[in-house]
Amino acid sequence: MTPPPAAPGVLVAAWTIARKDLTVELRTRAAFLSAAVFTILAAAIFLYAWDPTAVAAIDLAPGVLWVIFTFAGLLGLNRSFGAELADRAIDGLLVAPISREAVFLGKALANLIFVLGVQVVAIPTVVLFYNLSLGWGAVAAIAGVAVLAAVGLVAVGTLFSAMAVNTRLAELLLPVLALPFFVPIVTAAAQATVLLVNGRPLTGALDWIRLLVAFDLVFVSACTVAYPFTIER
Amino acid sequence: MHPVPTPPLATIETRGLIRRFDRQEALRGVDLTVAPGDCLAVFGPNGAGKTTLLRVLAGLLDPSGGTASVAGITLPGGVAARAQVGLISHHTMLYPALTARENVEFAARLHGLASPRAAAESALGRLGVLDRADTPVRILSRGLQQRVSIARAFVHAPRVMLLDEPYTGLDAVGAAALSEALTDLQSSGAALMLVTHNLDEGLALATHVAVMRGGRFVRSARRDAIDPTSFASEYRAVVGAAG
Repeated sequence: MTPPPAAPGVLVAAWTIARKDLTVELRTRAAFLSAAVFTILAAAIFLYAWDPTAVAAIDLAPGVLWVIFTFAGLLGLNRSFGAELADRAIDGLLVAPISREAVFLGKALANLIFVLGVQVVAIPTVVLFYNLSLGWGAVAAIAGVAVLAAVGLVAVGTLFSAMAVNTRLAELLLPVLALPFFVPIVTAAAQATVLLVNGRPLTGALDWIRLLVAFDLVFVSACTVAYPFTIER
Repeated sequence: MHPVPTPPLATIETRGLIRRFDRQEALRGVDLTVAPGDCLAVFGPNGAGKTTLLRVLAGLLDPSGGTASVAGITLPGGVAARAQVGLISHHTMLYPALTARENVEFAARLHGLASPRAAAESALGRLGVLDRADTPVRILSRGLQQRVSIARAFVHAPRVMLLDEPYTGLDAVGAAALSEALTDLQSSGAALMLVTHNLDEGLALATHVAVMRGGRFVRSARRDAIDPTSFASEYRAVVGAAG
């Protein structure tokens, strides 16, 4: 018999898994549509609950934006490993000659693209609803902060999605497990956004951005290493 | 002077294999050897430990005690061991939103095959479902889904094929295609291990048979050393005792 071909490297395998997940999401659109509709509805609810005479839009909008990001992201993260349970597709992944870390990174990459897609809906929605006047520089800087925050949120969310998926209360358990770990990321991201929305230069938000980068490095590394321990062996 | 023929290297081997779930032992000291080109059919009642045994050999579960190896690699053998293994289960392990071709091609990519698309088409053709290659799996019948699932397991021509009730849901054409593909794989030197309740299907493919109960092999023999009729009544007695 011929020897088996060389197994793909971690990054190639991760991209293969991410591409598969994104193809499934494009076909079903189940999670993205739910998250997009949630984003618009949540922004509308916050708008109607807002008293403009008590709090200025410029002060409220960053908080609203990050609350929406956090909960809309959870909708997609819940499905991340849930989709693998249908007819035990997860067994097909785990029996393949790829590292467990590649499975995690592939799932996280697909989730990152999903969350960034939600942000593409959320940022203009909040800007529009709260009538914020932002220059292109501020928009680009907020988008950068959003990407940095998404990396950390997705790393933590993907790990906890893997842990929660085999439990009966997965949809309840994921937010309970993940939200405490989201707090430092969302705090740094929201503080940076407040400064940028208020017209401060990017340099004024650098401390918060550095903190976000540090959280990303810690969470991505720790969650990648921890993921193999979430699999029953 | 003729060289002395050496016995073929065992492709699946376990010695005293134990697997526990908390305090319960699902496998209690399983010894087996499957040489290249052999097929071991394992029969047994529900809860005998057959599926657990396959999942340990597939690398999905670690042994709790004893030793196990596939293709000479001691388990848990990580990526190197999993590259040698194909797994067919009564779960299809497919993604319903993807087409048959996309599902098999995905598996081919994960195995690092040089031409994943060609390999996927070849595997689907072998199972007689190439004409449904671009159909989303969710709208295929259960039998066709099972054929696609089998194509997924065959795509990398594994040296060790582990089969858990592979004939479930297959019609006569699908069952014949599977038997032919398994016979070809066996002829190429792969080792097969088949877990089933169906004596006829198991005995048709097997070179060796074993009966499992309570996490142990209670009977094992070469296929050509047993009489199917007496084996069937003996098996019914074992299943009856377990129930």
